[in-house]
Amino acid sequence: MCIDCGCGDAANTHKHSHDHSDDHDHGHRHIGPDGKEYYHRHDNDQSAHEHGRTIKVEQDVLSKNNGIAIVNRQWLDDHHITAFNLMSSPGAGKTTLLEKTLERLPQDGTVAVLVGDQETDHDARRLQGKAALVKQINTYRSCHLDAAMISKELETYEEAQINLLLIENIGNLVCPAAFDLGEHCRVAVLSVTEGEDKPVKYPVLFNNADVVLITKTDLIPHLDWDMEQCHSYIRKSGSRARIIELSARTGEGMGAWIDYLQTMKRYD
Amino acid sequence: MHEMSLAQALVDQVIELAENDGCQKVLSVDVSIGALSGVMRESLEFCFPVVARGTALEETVLNVTEVPLKAECRDCRSITNPEPFEVTCRHCGSMNLMVLEGRDFKLVSLEVE
Repeated sequence: MCIDCGCGDAANTHKHSHDHSDDHDHGHRHIGPDGKEYYHRHDNDQSAHEHGRTIKVEQDVLSKNNGIAIVNRQWLDDHHITAFNLMSSPGAGKTTLLEKTLERLPQDGTVAVLVGDQETDHDARRLQGKAALVKQINTYRSCHLDAAMISKELETYEEAQINLLLIENIGNLVCPAAFDLGEHCRVAVLSVTEGEDKPVKYPVLFNNADVVLITKTDLIPHLDWDMEQCHSYIRKSGSRARIIELSARTGEGMGAWIDYLQTMKRYD
Repeated sequence: MHEMSLAQALVDQVIELAENDGCQKVLSVDVSIGALSGVMRESLEFCFPVVARGTALEETVLNVTEVPLKAECRDCRSITNPEPFEVTCRHCGSMNLMVLEGRDFKLVSLEVE
């Protein structure tokens, strides 16, 4: 009998899962009779176990989200809209970047913006009037946008002459990276005030990005920022993304970003 | 902490599979977490029972396997296990790698009765 949880006792067996074609000596976690979680090893004595039937699944847990994202992407393609998903930590300058981006894009009613925040419509109000359609999504408890949230908004574009959708995700370097929204291009935004090693501290977001924007470059003279080191960290995260350095405030580098947007646009 | 959303997605997925199967009870759920999946084991293990409470999975045990990153070097063709924060070939140091395994968060299997 296990001295920690009492399992293995005839009156106190527990059930667990795994294949038993191999040696039965193994470790595992389970909840004991006292409600606490235990991790321990079993030897080859099989008397302590009851076994159920195994159903093999091998499915991505995010398959539901990913399925909706595929439908979103198809809908966007059918309606000739290219979507960009901008992700960064809070305060990296996504909204200012969007403001200045919208000012530089043709004012022909073809751009829509979706901004995500847990609370408030501050960002949507800042951007109002700068794009044909600006909508705030409040996620309340959720720390990321998901494909279903985007799906609900798409019919708004049914009648509009939109060909570019810019999505500002929730400010968070971790969670948004896991959720495909149906975008065509994933944009990681990193400001120089955050430290050049963010890409290796949060590799998932950078590893998956199509383009990395290094923002607020006008502040570099006031910081100990090492641009070369930052590029090296981005590459160490496994990213093969295009890297664009810019300052939305002074406009330096904005031309390269606008050119990139226009190049990636699939439809005119 | 997106693990709460992930735990919810996992619980929904398992309940649907169990209903389709017609089993009485789900004893355990086996999942695998890739090193580059962005899922934190401890958070998921914390969130799963919280989300499962009051559902058919209230007593279900969650078994987590962590899957290291596995990548093939496009330059020297070696297959190595780099760290997520340093995706470089352990053989030749190249950064020109193709990730083979370690991106996914997967529901592997259920044990039911």
